[in-house]
Amino acid sequence: MKIENILATKGMQVHTILPDRTIKEAARLLLQYNIGALVVVDDTGRPVGILSERDIVHAAARTDAILAQKVSAVMTQHIITGTPHDDIRSVERTMTDKHIRHIPVMDQGQLVGIVSIGDVVKAQLEQYAGEVDTLQTQITQG
Amino acid sequence: MTQPGTESNPLRVAIIGSGPAAFYAADHLFKQNNLVIEVDMYDRLPTPFGLVRGGVAPDHQKIKSVTKVFDGIASNPRFRFFGNVEYGVHVTLDDLKDHYHQILYATGAQTDRRMGIPGEDLKGSHPATEFVAWYNGHPDFRNCQFDLSVESVAVVGVGNVAIDVARMLCLTPEELAETDTADYAQAALKNSRIKEVYVLGRRGPAQAAFTNPEIKEIGELAGADAFVRPEEAQLDELSRAEVDSSKDRTLVKKVEMLQELARRQPTGKARQLTIRFLVSPVELIGDESGRLVKMRLVKNALYKTDAGTLSPKATDHFEELPVGLVFRSVGYRGVPLPGVPFNDRWGVILNEKGRVIDPNTQQPIVGQYTSGWIKRGPSGVVGTNKPDSVETVMCMLEDLQKGSILNPAKPSWSDAEQWVKQRQPRYVSYADWQKLDQIELERGKAQGSPRVKFTRVEDMLAALGR
Ligand SMILES: Cc1cc2nc3c(=O)[nH]c(=O)nc-3n(C[C@H](O)[C@H](O)[C@H](O)COP(=O)(O)OP(=O)(O)OC[C@H]3O[C@@H](n4cnc5c(N)ncnc54)[C@H](O)[C@@H]3O)c2cc1C
Ligand SMILES: NC(=O)c1ccc[n+]([C@@H]2O[C@H](COP(=O)([O-])OP(=O)(O)OC[C@H]3O[C@@H](n4cnc5c(N)ncnc54)[C@H](OP(=O)(O)O)[C@@H]3O)[C@@H](O)[C@H]2O)c1
Repeated sequence: MKIENILATKGMQVHTILPDRTIKEAARLLLQYNIGALVVVDDTGRPVGILSERDIVHAAARTDAILAQKVSAVMTQHIITGTPHDDIRSVERTMTDKHIRHIPVMDQGQLVGIVSIGDVVKAQLEQYAGEVDTLQTQITQG
Repeated sequence: MTQPGTESNPLRVAIIGSGPAAFYAADHLFKQNNLVIEVDMYDRLPTPFGLVRGGVAPDHQKIKSVTKVFDGIASNPRFRFFGNVEYGVHVTLDDLKDHYHQILYATGAQTDRRMGIPGEDLKGSHPATEFVAWYNGHPDFRNCQFDLSVESVAVVGVGNVAIDVARMLCLTPEELAETDTADYAQAALKNSRIKEVYVLGRRGPAQAAFTNPEIKEIGELAGADAFVRPEEAQLDELSRAEVDSSKDRTLVKKVEMLQELARRQPTGKARQLTIRFLVSPVELIGDESGRLVKMRLVKNALYKTDAGTLSPKATDHFEELPVGLVFRSVGYRGVPLPGVPFNDRWGVILNEKGRVIDPNTQQPIVGQYTSGWIKRGPSGVVGTNKPDSVETVMCMLEDLQKGSILNPAKPSWSDAEQWVKQRQPRYVSYADWQKLDQIELERGKAQGSPRVKFTRVEDMLAALGR
């Protein structure tokens, strides 16, 4: 199973924000779209970071003036990007080993999606559940 | 007006397609004890079950028995089947909106993905999708021609479909007789002169998509010796590290099984089935008449992507493999349905968790849903469609709660039936299908096979006296 199978059921829109926007704006977007992270992109659309709820909580614990801060000051800069053809199994390992929760997905230079560790785990669990179900059916019906 | 879902005002749902995704969705709808829900299921074929009938290999009868579960779902008095009725031909979206509160598309992946290399369309190069549909007696593919008089065949890809195709090419006449392979295909396969079958993987043994029971089966064929080249069974350093540190027992076992095949000596069976690794076809080459005679392969090496996948990269080593027939088994692909937004990048209906999305507003379209391969892409076994369809049905129920459903003018079973009759007088009901099923099973019994399939729509209708 590949990353594209996860992205297939996530619509087309990738929620992004520019680095010079404020955390307040970011928080509004997170709430509005009911998501856990935004991809931070420069004016050319290239990902330069990820801003997650967690990043905001961490920053809030450090400073009171969090809402007025720029996204670029709070985001996680070191990002690992994936492609639609990455194997879900390998991506899960990379995310666990490197403690990453979100991976923006690039296809031919274009940002086409974002997957979270939750997405990756859910896909694996459903695959597993499906295999078990199929085996059970073969035993009980066959 | 009260919200639909009651005895006097049932929630009316149309499901397009009758494969696993369709049946699992119907099942979950029927499980809602507090709601009265009616399901009308449509299929372009007179026969239900999608790829369980037309994809799953005919020598895998055990998995086909999942149709008993589907029969159970269809026995619900609020279930109707309209077979031989195609969305986009006999019925349109506007029609459906007239009769249903919710519409679910579960049309599967109807075509193949392309490799994108020169010579792909030479005579002798076929998508595995067609071969699979042909040996399974799908009426649209019964007239396909495959030249089985050649000696060597390559199957591109190392998924379970590629293994199905390779195995079917190696079955002995005795083995074939125990399957429900279409009669014309049995005849053709019995006369096959194929001696060498190559299955080509672009990555290594540790990245092969096929599953372990399939390798075991390949190693136990009556009519073919299975091999892996010892040098290709060896893991490269990156794969070695991945497998050694993996807690995935099945992966470790897969590599062991493939390495065991690499230690085998020929036992003199009539055919040889070789699984190759780390090679990609770069060109299919034909003779003057445009018939495939060989393929050019490039040797690959693996590198690690940023996200951790071991991916193939071409080296500058090439080889030529003489083959008269190629089956491209690099994946299925969904096709758009008229009036339904499509996400061309992934080959699926544009959706979020099964809610069809309007590409302009990026918002869900009221009353339209999707599940199965046309929702998430062509991956997963029969059972994988269950959690997938449950997710979609949860969205449907949530939207019903919110009152966000269609407002059909004629939401009744009798109206729907009348209208379908007008559009397709020769529609097939579930009871009709069960008659066909009985005939197929009886014909099978007479000759000692699981069933003898109808492979022409006309024959099916004639058997029903239409
Ligand atoms: C070759 C092959 C072998 C497989 N073998 C196995 C196996 O051994 N074990 C296993 O567990 N899984 C197997 N699978 C996987 C399994 O078949 C799929 O997971 C499953 O069938 C997908 O279900 P679906 O309902 O999404 O699509 P499908 O099963 O493809 O069903 C789609 C249905 O929609 C209908 N349809 C399409 N367009 C229209 C239209 N316009 N109007 C009306 N109806 C329409 C089609 O006729 C079809 O009946 C195999 C898959 C393939 C391709
Ligand atoms: N017995 C069973 O349970 C059974 C039988 C049949 C099918 N199924 C299921 O049905 C689903 C579909 O099966 P599938 O075999 O069609 O798909 P699949 O499992 O996705 O396999 C596709 C194969 O094609 C290869 N491939 C893709 N593009 C290629 C290219 N350009 N060149 C060379 N190789 C390429 C892939 O290699 P990479 O990995 O390198 O991309 C992979 O080996 C699977 O989930 C499968 O498990 C199950």
